[in-house]
Amino acid sequence: MHLNRRSRIALRLAMALGLAVLYVPLLVVLLNSFNASRSFAWPPTGFSLRWWQAAWQEPGLRTALWTSVRAGLGATAVALVLGTMAAFAATRYRFFGRQAVSFLLILPIALPGIVTGIALNAAFRTVLTPLGIGFGLFTVIVGHATFCIVVVFNNVSARLRRLPGSGEDASADLGAHTFQTFWYITLPAVRGALFAGALLAFALSFDEIVVTTFTAGPGTQTLPLWIFDNLARPNQGPVVDVVASALIVLSALPVWLAHRMSAP
Amino acid sequence: MPGQMRTVASTITNENGFYLVSGVSSARRMLGIYVVMTVTLSGVSKKFGAVRAVDGVDLEIRSGEFFSMLGPSGSGKTTVLRLIAGFEEPTTGTVQLAGRDVTRLPPFDRDVNTVFQDYALFPHLSVRQNVEYGLRVKRVAKAERISRAEQALATVHLEGFANRSPAALSGGQRQRVALARALVNRPSVLLLDEPLGALDLKLRLEMQSELKQIQREARITFVFVTHDQDEALTMSDRVAVFNAGRIEQVGTPAEVYERPATPFVAGFVGTSNLVEGETAAKILGSHGSYSVRPEKIRILPPGTAARGDEVAAPGRIADVVYAGAQTRFLVDLEAGGRLTALRQNRDEDGDEALRHRGAGVVLAWRRTHTVELTQAN
Repeated sequence: MHLNRRSRIALRLAMALGLAVLYVPLLVVLLNSFNASRSFAWPPTGFSLRWWQAAWQEPGLRTALWTSVRAGLGATAVALVLGTMAAFAATRYRFFGRQAVSFLLILPIALPGIVTGIALNAAFRTVLTPLGIGFGLFTVIVGHATFCIVVVFNNVSARLRRLPGSGEDASADLGAHTFQTFWYITLPAVRGALFAGALLAFALSFDEIVVTTFTAGPGTQTLPLWIFDNLARPNQGPVVDVVASALIVLSALPVWLAHRMSAP
Repeated sequence: MPGQMRTVASTITNENGFYLVSGVSSARRMLGIYVVMTVTLSGVSKKFGAVRAVDGVDLEIRSGEFFSMLGPSGSGKTTVLRLIAGFEEPTTGTVQLAGRDVTRLPPFDRDVNTVFQDYALFPHLSVRQNVEYGLRVKRVAKAERISRAEQALATVHLEGFANRSPAALSGGQRQRVALARALVNRPSVLLLDEPLGALDLKLRLEMQSELKQIQREARITFVFVTHDQDEALTMSDRVAVFNAGRIEQVGTPAEVYERPATPFVAGFVGTSNLVEGETAAKILGSHGSYSVRPEKIRILPPGTAARGDEVAAPGRIADVVYAGAQTRFLVDLEAGGRLTALRQNRDEDGDEALRHRGAGVVLAWRRTHTVELTQAN
């Protein structure tokens, strides 16, 4: 493609602007977390680690982080098992209602979180509460799993569709029983898709706030809920900046890893 | 008694495997007159939805033979192979291996191995691990696994490639790995699904003779699916010609070529002239469908009398097609119809051959080379 000098410059500017819109706000948050001033004053008055120290000593924050990690791991585990099984059913077998099942599995990701939240809240109230199971980490995990399953399902079924079935035929032909074929041949082939799906599922769960609001009990606070709570509180703004900065670094890491692994 | 002998024969083949060739062959000689049926299909049909991919196939494949299933794509030959391997269950009929009914057995309980059309190598395993796979899932001890894998790789001339990844191999090398991976299990029957289809011509010819050699030395029954009639004719002990889910004819390459049973076989295996109706009545003295191969026809000057054992038909050369080694003469007969006669360009060059266009001739061929065809169904 041939571009003249002027359009090349214009396109470069457009790209720079786009990247700036994406990253300048993040940079501001990062800088503010080291800002000596307490009131987001700009330009920063001095460099300080006091907010990082404050965040570290904040007990509510630590509890919320731990809750989020547990909710994310739980939802990812549920999604990995159910999503993988569903992907196999939908791509490797022919049965009545196969298309409908695929559609119903994918729908929750498109549904507004508020709808999922209200529906789950009502369902838990009618079904779980009489059984003595209250709102808490468990209900959060179930709530998150509804949309985490979708990403695992999509990743794994896309991989399975591109995987020729002859590999599994060859394995059976060479004497491998069904479980051996799954373990030695199919699983290694979809390992990348499982990993990517799990990473995405965890990320979705980790920053989810709408469904969480409706499925967490009063005693359960995930990290996003904690941030939302503290953003409005006096003196907590810089601490929230610290949390946000830590999360930026933590999210960049797996993305960078995945990028490196998929690079030729 | 025959049933018992069958069991004995298959046991010997299995235990000694293909490396102990002399043991097997003496066992065969000892068994003498018994022809051991390795694969038997009885009344096998397979429907996919409303489509009858295989329609009432009966087939007996003998132990140790190179058996080809030849036919156009969609004729059911690959489905028959998959039925023998166990990837598909027949809608009706039974499949027997060495006298045992395996119709409902899964692939991993059948003593056959397959070389797939797309090779189906495991991309995440090395060449050695691919070849060892069958032994590994059957929990064969590691030392034996390694030595058998090395032996199998040596059989296909891939020593030194053991640690490569399949992705780093050429098409021909992948083909050999697929073959080694199947052979290492010492199956009594090896199924090959158009294994040479993806190779270029030179490599294909090379692999043809190599496959044939491996089959002869290993004394394994080869069931070979192909749509290439040359391949089927040159490699096989016997050929089954498939059309529309049915077998049209089973026989040695010479039988199938020289005495085609149906118009389809006459047309699909080699090229053939069809003589039928009024033309047949005038030349051969009876109505019906007959086939004559172009290379069997002699082209004589007009007015020449044919020999006593020959059929003669006067006509005029309508067209001449020069094809390097041979020339094809398309002759319009006085009795109606057009025959193609093939002549080696031994005495004439191309320009001389082309000058015959429009000349009157007499075509003559031996009466025994006229083959009566039965109309299919």
